[in-house]
This record gives sequence, C-alpha cells and structure tokens, in this order.
Amino acid sequence: MDVLLMNMLNGLSWGMLLFLIAVGLTTIFGVLGVLNFAHGSLFMLGAYLCMQSMQFFDSFWFGLAVGPLCVVAIGVLIERFLLKKVYVRDVSYQLLLTFAVLLVLDDAVRMIWGSGYHVVEPPLILAGIINILGHDYPVYRFFLIFIGPVIGGLLWAFFHFTRWGKIIRAASYDNIMAEGVGINVPLLYTMVFALGTWLAAVGGALAAPQQSLVPSMGEKIIIESFIVVVVGGMGSFPGAFAGALLLGLLESFGTVFAGRLQMAIPYILLAVVLLVKPNGLFRKGI
Amino acid sequence: MAVLKRHNLAGPAILVVLLAVGPLVMPTYWVMLLSEILIMGLMAMSFNLLFGFTGLLSFGQGAFFGLGAYTAALLLQNGFSNLFLILVAGMLVACVASLVVGFFSVRLDEIFFAMITLGFGMMFFSIAHNWIDVTGGSDGLPVFALPSLSLFGVELTFYTPVTMYYLVLVTVVLGSVLLWLVVHSPFGLILKSLRENKQRVAFVGGNVSRLRIAAFAISGTFTGLAGVLFCLFNNMASPEFMHWSFSAKPVIMSIIGGTGVFLGPLFGAGIFFVLEQVIIQYTENWMLFLGIVLIPIVLFFPDGVFGTLRKKLLRKV
Repeated sequence: MDVLLMNMLNGLSWGMLLFLIAVGLTTIFGVLGVLNFAHGSLFMLGAYLCMQSMQFFDSFWFGLAVGPLCVVAIGVLIERFLLKKVYVRDVSYQLLLTFAVLLVLDDAVRMIWGSGYHVVEPPLILAGIINILGHDYPVYRFFLIFIGPVIGGLLWAFFHFTRWGKIIRAASYDNIMAEGVGINVPLLYTMVFALGTWLAAVGGALAAPQQSLVPSMGEKIIIESFIVVVVGGMGSFPGAFAGALLLGLLESFGTVFAGRLQMAIPYILLAVVLLVKPNGLFRKGI
Repeated sequence: MAVLKRHNLAGPAILVVLLAVGPLVMPTYWVMLLSEILIMGLMAMSFNLLFGFTGLLSFGQGAFFGLGAYTAALLLQNGFSNLFLILVAGMLVACVASLVVGFFSVRLDEIFFAMITLGFGMMFFSIAHNWIDVTGGSDGLPVFALPSLSLFGVELTFYTPVTMYYLVLVTVVLGSVLLWLVVHSPFGLILKSLRENKQRVAFVGGNVSRLRIAAFAISGTFTGLAGVLFCLFNNMASPEFMHWSFSAKPVIMSIIGGTGVFLGPLFGAGIFFVLEQVIIQYTENWMLFLGIVLIPIVLFFPDGVFGTLRKKLLRKV
C-alpha cells in the first residue's frame, strides 16, 4: 500500500511535467507539422533562465514568470529565421534542423552555466514535507500534481472558447483553408510556436526545484515527450495528457515490477502502441 | 557487366587508389582518423540505402552497429580469433536482428517509422546497458586480442594502426561495392520506386512490406559489419553505440554529404570528422559549432554538400 501510494504520487508529478512539455510539442506538430527536436532544450532553457532570473529578486515566482518569457523570445527567433524556411521540406530536414538547434542550445548552456549541477530551492510555502497517511512527502510534488491539470484546463478552455484558440484548431485541420478565409497563417505559426515554447519553458521552470539542473536534462526529456506524443496521438491534446500520465505512472511503477528492465519501459510502450494503434491512443484533434 | 559500363567509375577508382597509398605518407594520427571515417562512412552508406534510396528514416541503426560490435567482442573474449568468422558472425547477428525489427517497423511510414526504430534501438541499448553479466554494462566490453588472418600461408595481424587501416579499407571497399551493386540492381530500382510511390509498387504487384524488410535487413547487415570493424578498431564494444544519439550520426553524415548520391554519406562522414578535428583545436564546444555548421547546410544545401557540388560540376561539364 505504501509503495503503491508513493509510486502513484511520483508517477503523477512526473507525468504532469511530461504533459506540459508534450502538449507544447503536440500543438506545434498539429499546426506547423514540425516535430521539434529542440523542444527538450527549450525545457532546459526554461529551467536555467528561471534560475538566472530568480537571482535578481530572489523569488521563485519571479523566475517562473520571467524565465519562460525569455525562452519564448528565443523560440520566436528560431521560428522566424530557421523553421520558417523548412516547412515545405521533407520531415527529415526539419528533424535535422531542429536537432542542430538542440546542439547549439545545449552547448551554449554548457558554456554559460557550466556542465555541473545547479540546484533551485522551491519557494518557502512549497518547501518542506507534508504528512500523508503516515508518510512524509514533499509538498512541491503535490504542487506539481495540482498545477498540471490547472494549466491543462486553462489551455483546453483557450482552445475551445477563445477566438485565437479556435483559429489554431482550424489551422491544424486545414491551414490552406484558414489562409483562404483571411487568417494570417505565418503570424499564427509564430504564435503557436511561441505558445509551445512557453509551455516547454514553464515545464522546465517548474521542474527546476524538483530535479537538479544539468545541460543534458533536455536530451533526456525530449525522447520521452516524443513517446508521449506518439502514444497519445500526434497533435492530440487529450492524447498528450493521457499519454503523459500513462508514461509517468508506468515509469514510476516500473521501479517496482520491472527491475533492471525499467529503462526499456518507455520504448516498449512506444513500440506496442505503434504496432497496435499506429495513430496513437487518441485520434487527431486539438 | 553492362551495369558497370553505364557508370563513370573513374572517380571511385581514383578515390580507392588515393585511400590505398595515403597511409604511406600520412602521420599515424590521420591514418586512425581515416579508419574511423571509413567505418562510419560504411555505416552511413548502409543507412542511406534505407533513407536516400528507400525513403525510410531509421533512427535505430545504432542497435545493429552495436550488435556487430558486441558479437565481435564476445567471440574474441571467448577465444575465437578467426577474422572471417568474426566478420560473418557479426553480420549474421545484425541481419537476424534487423529482420525482426524490420518485420515490425516497415508497416509504418515517415516520422512513425523513425519513432519505432528509435524505440527498438533504445530497447537494445537498455539491454546492453543493464545485462551486466554479458555486456559489461555501461563500461562495455574490452577487446584485448585482435583476430588474425592466414592468407596464402602468411599470418596477418592488425595491431598497428596502419595494418588496421588496411583491414578497414579492404572491408569497407568490399562492403561498399556490394551495397553499390544492390543500389544499381533491379531490386535497387524497386526500392527507389518505393520511395517515390509505394502504392503504385503495390498496384503493379510488388510486396511492399517484404521489399522494405529486405532493404532494412541489408542495411542492418552492413551496419553490423561496420560495427565489427569499429569494435576491432576501438578495442571495445560499448552500449553507447546503441544509443539514439549514436544512431543520429549516420543521419547527420548522410544529410551533410547528400542522400541522393551513393558516396555522399561517405563524404559526409569525412566532413563530419575533419570538422570535429579542426574545431576541437580551438574550443571544447564542438557540438555548438557542429550545430552552427549544420544549420546552413540544411537550409542552403538541399542535396547535401557533396551532392550539390557534384550537381554544379556536372552541369558545367
């Protein structure tokens, strides 16, 4: 029972972080048709820039607000000057281009902040531990489990009830038609990429107090968020949520039942889903 | 032999001659670098049989490379020292594994194919990384005794960089010739038509999945051969060979060199390693500069560096 509860909470908090990253990735893919290899690096940048901007006011909340915005600025530059040129090209070129961006960002972070570990302290209200059913558990992880659905819900409302959200959904179904009815599609693409970047960076900033910061943290998470996106269904919003929770829980419980094969779990999940339901668990539609 | 007449083979012939005499005048360090280029070039050319010629982007080639390397390391550790045996065994293991992976993967296309091959590759990586009793875990398997070859009563060994280089050169040239014959055979032509339009191939009676599995297995087999060579060259089989970031190398090399030209990936490998050598003389951040160099290549050289240059040259002639 204890083990069950602990793994459940661990899985959920990790799953929520995965969700934030995967939902950005899947939205960008749904609208722009680009699978962004550098998405994990934007997540990592979110964590580092949160840490950096925290130092000005010594407030995590300030870092959480400002850090991701700086990353968005970088994301807009990437979309405007690089990605834009390869929308018409083959998928492999888009992958390679974003892979090149990943190399640049990861090594740039290594140059600026060094390759060693950095630690970000959680804000005071969220520091410490809470007693749940006789077990101590970090408050911050509860905060993650709580904040994931909040951001997800807001995002869902944005997509379904606001004008811009509806435009994004329309463009993801048919961007030529969207352009035909007078939507500024290039601008829309930039904004969608900015939104996806912001989600990744917020994920990174939120992850910062929970894990230590290293330049390779993006490389690890990008493959897992690829898996979430493929498992959930490319471009699917509910798919990203379900896929992220599924992967988070499987990985967490894997430490109990899979032993040394735990490392292979995400890949086995990926292969099984691709073979049984090649379109992912949820069909397309943001 | 009709096949040969239609192609201009002067360039490749000159290249082979240059590669054969090169080590006589080059410093040892460059001989070793050239060996590495040739091995990775063979891996990249095998990858390009899938990518450039069949239209399948595999992100799990490292698995077959690693399987070749581990097969060689395990055989050598257990006292087998016949070079032919080791080369053939490495290829066989890679071939069987790629048949299995191919069987499951080829029903998918484009990005989904890339993802599932990545997934399979990482499963092999997880096994290599965690099955410590057999694979040595993250330390890998060291190789102490290299295989030897009895040729016409002469015992050849490969302990010096130059002899190792010639072993690599001969194997890579043979492998490339075989791959070239595959690409320019009727089968190779069918692969190209699969790349262009697989529905039509199915309509005229081609068995798409069987053809794709065949291409995948051929590619995997030669990738395994490259893995065996790398194990001998490096005296080591490591789980890193199977990681997705290693599988990304042939992708980068092929696109740098040019995927539409048979030798493009080999040149891509050359550019990759020479670039690395030049950059690390000035800075430790080689990845940063690789990225900075890759971006314009992707943007402005749609046929790769070698492919685009060749096109320009041919147009002038």
